[in-house]
Amino acid sequence: MSSPVIYTYNLTKRFGDFVAAKDLSFEVGPGEIFGFLGANGAGKTTAIRMLCGLLVPSAGEATVAGFDVYTEREKIKKNIGYMSQKFSLYEDLTVMENINFYAGIYGLKNKEIKEKSATLLRQLDMEKEANQLVSALPLGWRQKLSFSVAVIHDPHIVFLDEPTGGVDPVTRRQFWDLIYAAAQRGITAFVTTHYMDEAEYCDRISIMVDGVIEALDTPLNLRKKYAANSMDEVFRQLARNAKRSE
Amino acid sequence: MIRLVNINKSYNQGATRALSDISFTVGKGELFGLIGPDGAGKTSLFRILTTLLLPDTGTATVAGFDILKDYKRIRESVGYMPGKFSLYQDLTVEENLSFFATIFGTTIEENYDLIKDIYIQIEPFRKRRAGQLSGGMKQKLALSCALIHKPSVLFLDEPTTGVDAVSRTEFWEMLKRLKSQGITILVSTPYMDEASMCDRIALLQNGKIMSLDQPQKIIDAYGAKLFGVKSDKMYKLLTDIRNYPAVGSCNAFGEYLHLTFKNLNPDSTVELLGHLKALGHLHVELKETEPKIEDCFIQLMNPAKVL
Repeated sequence: MSSPVIYTYNLTKRFGDFVAAKDLSFEVGPGEIFGFLGANGAGKTTAIRMLCGLLVPSAGEATVAGFDVYTEREKIKKNIGYMSQKFSLYEDLTVMENINFYAGIYGLKNKEIKEKSATLLRQLDMEKEANQLVSALPLGWRQKLSFSVAVIHDPHIVFLDEPTGGVDPVTRRQFWDLIYAAAQRGITAFVTTHYMDEAEYCDRISIMVDGVIEALDTPLNLRKKYAANSMDEVFRQLARNAKRSE
Repeated sequence: MIRLVNINKSYNQGATRALSDISFTVGKGELFGLIGPDGAGKTSLFRILTTLLLPDTGTATVAGFDILKDYKRIRESVGYMPGKFSLYQDLTVEENLSFFATIFGTTIEENYDLIKDIYIQIEPFRKRRAGQLSGGMKQKLALSCALIHKPSVLFLDEPTTGVDAVSRTEFWEMLKRLKSQGITILVSTPYMDEASMCDRIALLQNGKIMSLDQPQKIIDAYGAKLFGVKSDKMYKLLTDIRNYPAVGSCNAFGEYLHLTFKNLNPDSTVELLGHLKALGHLHVELKETEPKIEDCFIQLMNPAKVL
């Protein structure tokens, strides 16, 4: 097996007496679509912040894209992509300006930026809109663009934090097409969502409850294990007993 | 309790049409849902009905009061929970609640019965500043503050956005209890699966009402026969089925894909199964299934195609 893109062993974060994330141990492989679910307050955000190099763990081990979460946090930040529904593009910049901005942030050279942005605009079929403000774009286009800039530096992994929140049902499904296409190119997708139907689209899912990973398997195996008809039922069975609520 | 007649609203000198000819009524004690994605016009509608925004044209009344002439009376008699947390972050839980009670000329004690079920869950934190509360607790405090003056109409703008599935169910249970006490509730949500919790719903997209009825009636009106299908290779299945000429629409729906046929005949399913087998799909399962509100929404978004 090729080396995992995410590796964690007993990864733990404490804030004073409070254990936000406890003994997280899992691996995510290249090109895998990994669903990271949990109730509000279960510790998802803490875990993601550690994996993105934004928060130093209290104990345990972890590497992301081969880099250590204690000592190589800057390298992690350069080698991952990140997108959320809340924060993605600058609405008062044009399409081109957004692309150039993100490419620059991720350290691409000017020549690369030129080539990349041209290719990207062509792939997205947005050459005519290059100089339009992002705020003027339809939602579906904006989603495509924000995903594309999140992976403009060809990262090994992209973190998608509720990427489809509040999005219409057609656009939501088109967005998953993008995730699948990226996975086929070998990019790992680490996804959080409150839409339980989307959990089914993941290769594997973990469900966090009160700071620990309570379940981790393929959607099919989880449904079998919990004798449930849907992921919604699995989630409810596990999260119902949660004591924490953020 | 709520009546809208041909409400129109646009922004940017007419360039952005937020609401187009919105008309509907909500009866006393009804739980009415506005279902639609971001940008559908839900918040504009709430702001107009709570007298915080003027419509370009059209009229509306809330609790019998006109939104233009009697705006002060409306403000006295409705509760409003905006989508964005809007309480005082540097006041405590208790201070916020008593502030809103005082503003409306009442006390916490007077209407405690109404908020008891909800407030009791955050009462242990009553000395904590609102800004320090978790998302779930903020939501409960905001609802308590919106209820403390015993409003006759309650407006809730996306109260469950970003909330996990279990807490969302709990929230809807709370709304049902409020409804049983005779409070009229207008609530919006981007989660289509919550539609079934409402007495009636309006499906909203790009400022227009695409459909308005009881959730089951909207489902009954779907028209086409819908099938659920799955195989061992789901993503390939989606592409393969979309490329199959006899299929009208195909969308991912969790464990299954939902599909309709263009001209359904007795051989349609058998032919599709044979086609999928030839393409190497294993464990193929195909069965008729009842549409969900989300199927209806997708169909209504694409009236031209038989989606």
